[in-house]
Amino acid sequence: MNEQLNLGQFMLQQSGKLLDQTIAHIGLTCISLLIAVAVGLPLGIWIADKKRAAWFVLGVAGILQTIPSIALLGFMIPLLGIGALPAIAALFLYALLPVIRNTYTGITGVDPAITESARGMGMNKWQILFQVEIPLAMPVILAGIRTATVINVGVATLAAYIAAGGLGEFIFGGIALNNTNMILAGAIPAALLAILLDFLLSLFQKANLKKMRKVTLILPVLLILFSSFYIIPYTSEKILAGFTPEFMGREDGYLGLKSKYKLDISTVVISDAVMYKAAFENKLDVISGYSTDGRLKAYDLVTLEDDKTIFPPYYAAPLVRQDVLQKHPELQPALDILSGVINDSIMTELNYRVDYQKQLPEKVALDFMLEKGLYKKPQTGPEAGIIRLGSKIFAEQYILINMYKMLIEGNTKLKVVTRTGLGGTKICFDALTNNEIDMYPEYTGTGLLVILKPDKKTLDPIIGNREKVFDFVQKEFSDQYKLSWLKPIGFNNAYALMMRRSQAQSLRIKTISDLKNYLSNENHQH
Amino acid sequence: MIIARNVSKEFNGIKAVNNISFEVKEGQTLVFLGTSGCGKTTTLKILNRLIEPSDGEITINGKNILSLQPEILRRSIGYVSQNNGLFPHYTVAENIAIVPNLLKWDKVRTSERSNILLDQLKLPVTEYANKYPDELSGGQKQRVALARALVSDPPVLLMDEPFGALDPITRANVRKEFLELPELKSKTIVLVTHDVQEAFELGDQICLMDKGIIVQTGSPEELIFKPINEFTRNFFSHQRLQLELGALKFSSIWESLTDASSSSKPSLNSNQSLWEGMEMLSEKNEETLVVRNSEDNSYKEVSIQTIQSVYLENKRNR
Repeated sequence: MNEQLNLGQFMLQQSGKLLDQTIAHIGLTCISLLIAVAVGLPLGIWIADKKRAAWFVLGVAGILQTIPSIALLGFMIPLLGIGALPAIAALFLYALLPVIRNTYTGITGVDPAITESARGMGMNKWQILFQVEIPLAMPVILAGIRTATVINVGVATLAAYIAAGGLGEFIFGGIALNNTNMILAGAIPAALLAILLDFLLSLFQKANLKKMRKVTLILPVLLILFSSFYIIPYTSEKILAGFTPEFMGREDGYLGLKSKYKLDISTVVISDAVMYKAAFENKLDVISGYSTDGRLKAYDLVTLEDDKTIFPPYYAAPLVRQDVLQKHPELQPALDILSGVINDSIMTELNYRVDYQKQLPEKVALDFMLEKGLYKKPQTGPEAGIIRLGSKIFAEQYILINMYKMLIEGNTKLKVVTRTGLGGTKICFDALTNNEIDMYPEYTGTGLLVILKPDKKTLDPIIGNREKVFDFVQKEFSDQYKLSWLKPIGFNNAYALMMRRSQAQSLRIKTISDLKNYLSNENHQH
Repeated sequence: MIIARNVSKEFNGIKAVNNISFEVKEGQTLVFLGTSGCGKTTTLKILNRLIEPSDGEITINGKNILSLQPEILRRSIGYVSQNNGLFPHYTVAENIAIVPNLLKWDKVRTSERSNILLDQLKLPVTEYANKYPDELSGGQKQRVALARALVSDPPVLLMDEPFGALDPITRANVRKEFLELPELKSKTIVLVTHDVQEAFELGDQICLMDKGIIVQTGSPEELIFKPINEFTRNFFSHQRLQLELGALKFSSIWESLTDASSSSKPSLNSNQSLWEGMEMLSEKNEETLVVRNSEDNSYKEVSIQTIQSVYLENKRNR
């Protein structure tokens, strides 16, 4: 957009955050590794002379390894909530297999002639274990620990999804914001960290067989030292906010909250997949959600009024190619039927049925159309043409295009084919301009900020105003892309801050300013 | 003194050692000889309870070995395992100090004792004490393994194919050193080998084993000249001449030799075998050599012809 920072400048500017994230990353990696070694090493030793147990233990550890990392983190949330604890638990499970397997391989690989002569000289079981087997197996065990370390540095980036911090905050923030500098500011240190830790461990490994006894002592000490870097990112604050990586980096997100509302709140970074549930379970108090998300209803959350309008409006409206509208003049009136019919709470309710009650989008759309008396049977007779409808991959879009399908087929002689699941904004928009689809539902704010990307001077006077944003995108899309924004459907799926209804009521917080005032009063009392 | 009575060992219903009995007198060397799988190594390992016997009774110097804790028993018995079993991550000195450390000797005593042994085994302390096993030759490793087994001066020494990993030339040399080592003179030794030559050179008594039983026990001379059955006879048939010449000492044929003048210089003594006499004759390229009888200080003359004729005569008389 305006001033482009290069990577070095970005990292310098964000050095405080970068340092925090790196320390958190090292901490997560080393704590989980330490536990994995503490558990995996004895387990590997124990199964070394028990074939059946070995088969079972290695099998279970192997299965754990095959669970996709993001899914494993997901499984941890109901058990351990969000934050460092579930992240460490998941990383621990990942590190377990290489540690157990290499310990097992290392111990069973010790020359039996050597252990036998140790026995023959009168060493007991423990003396043989600590003086012979472990030192001789150490190179193989260390190789396993190295593998586990590299895996953990990688997987630890995902910890950012469940509010455990680490370099993933930059990586996923950067991906969400399409900000390469931010991605690299997270990815490069993560890669260097993996290389560095691997290198340090390789020094131990190469310390040759003879010094293995020393390595056996030094390694745990170093791991504990690294682990102690990490201060678990929980504060004693009464109100904790969890924001998505994307929200953290946006001007119409956390940055705007800070600059326009002067909101001073402790935050953790978290994935939107687990954010709502975490708020419901009292793990978080304030989250950044979408105002028509079905989970709002499912978890009894309320949105706070954006009284200083930092969140641009995201009114949904059909975005249609102009040549299609001209070719089929009967299309626009059919699409306009939905205009003004669905407000925020109705859309939330519909999303809730799909997201939470797991009803099919087709059924939800049909029920709604029947209820509103908008449904007509598809017209028969010769077809006048085919309209291709696209959608992004989330419930709201599926519901909307099903409604449009019914409206088009019920009110015109046009037929509809749907192309659902077109990834994100960019994919839908490109499909539309490349004549692969004819229309899809889009949001004014997205059109403004993701596609048009006007500079700050143009943006500032219009961003808070529904009509001005709509007029602006309508004009610009028409001029630049020959696309038409039809009349908005009615609801506004904007960013919003959300709280549990009970907490918001007891603290009498209705707007973001209320939240800000409450927090500053709290801080004064401290 | 080791006494074993009716010892058996079963593995999964198969008798690896089947009701065997034997004795080793103090200061003597007993060799278990046989092919692979005959039960000789199992028998050896039963003696220090690396393998627990299924049946039978064993006493070492009057103590039933089953009444002792295995670790304590083993610390009092020297053990040289197959392929030397040295700890690759320990130096020579550390390897030798393993048993003293288990017995909680102080450092000074341990190092004094290991230095004495290293010197006896021709491994100069300054050069070798801090080397690791992989920096040593095969023969040197074997000598360190021996020093490790001898360091606590155990009265009994068990050796499992101690020279098995060495090439034939090194093996012969190490064996010779072994025979001459003063430390070993007073030890009660049980040794396992498949090498007939080795058994004859080292053993006071030999137990020839087959399929878990002892076929014949006796001195080398008894085994070669008085086989009790076909198995024993066939076992030695390949090297019969050498073994027979090796088993015959000059002292046992002293009367058949011609006197030599007392002023001549003896190069053999009567405890050596006819085989050694022939080796010496061909080595020195002499017609005749003089043998000295260490008991009565008499001298006799030997040549290839006399050795041949007394050997044949001896054979006919048996």
